[in-house]
Amino acid sequence: MTADATTSPHEGAANATLEERDFGFWIYLMSDAIIFALLFATYLTLLRGTDGGPTGHDLFDIDRTFAETMLLLASSVTFGMASVGVAARNKSAVLLWLAITFALGVGFVFLEIGEFSGMIAQGAGPDRSGFLSSFFALVGTHGLHVSGGLVWIAVMAAQISIKGFSAPVVSRMFRLGLFWHFLDIVWIGIFSVVYLPGVM
Amino acid sequence: MALEKSPGDLRKSYLTGVILAFILTAIPFAIAAFGLMPRSSALVVIAILAVIQVFVHLYFFLHMDPRTAPKENILALGFAAVLIFIMIGGSLWIMFDLYNRMMI
Repeated sequence: MTADATTSPHEGAANATLEERDFGFWIYLMSDAIIFALLFATYLTLLRGTDGGPTGHDLFDIDRTFAETMLLLASSVTFGMASVGVAARNKSAVLLWLAITFALGVGFVFLEIGEFSGMIAQGAGPDRSGFLSSFFALVGTHGLHVSGGLVWIAVMAAQISIKGFSAPVVSRMFRLGLFWHFLDIVWIGIFSVVYLPGVM
Repeated sequence: MALEKSPGDLRKSYLTGVILAFILTAIPFAIAAFGLMPRSSALVVIAILAVIQVFVHLYFFLHMDPRTAPKENILALGFAAVLIFIMIGGSLWIMFDLYNRMMI
């Protein structure tokens, strides 16, 4: 954002702060990526530590994983359409696309909760083996992030409908986009490292 | 920053990204579901496609275009990538080396 002649010194300073926040949020995302990287390393280290219990091959359902993957990918592109609406300053389009993104995200979380409760019901909870502890830690942390993102989407929709496209709201929406697309990138790692090698 | 792009350019970026991402997701799932190749080569192909898909997402969804994105963001991304490589690579190296030594 460049400060033009009509921008007061106060607004210019406010915009600089928002740019700093965008950068700060990016640094947070990178540190979050490192948390996930270590959870991946833990998972791979404990992969063979099944203690005679069920393995990924016994537990994972590729159809469910594919459905989860499609929901997250679709929610990424519908969030993209909401960002297009922000760029066009089209309030109703943004709210519509945010609502669709929210619904897709809820669908993802529901599938994941169903998977986790099904595993726990058959005695394959996080307490069963080192392998399952690391599985629940990795995939559960991602699921918690998605749930947090859903709360943020709801708050963002309320802010946009009440405050409109003020500079802080647009900046927050940009940061939410980074967060949401970042979670989809982590999911690429999860299906490529956890589920697909698990079912093969 | 993404918000400086026109709505039309942004829409094109997201739609191109989702088509590429879908193809890069469908191939590994097909390999795993239908057993299209032996396990060891399947793992290599899945890993390569995953890395390509991460770059597709970074470019088309997060707008990490090396020509337009802020330099410090690219720098932070590169630093995180180096840390992740050292920590995952180092952990696996140490733990599997230990595992093999304990097996003797």
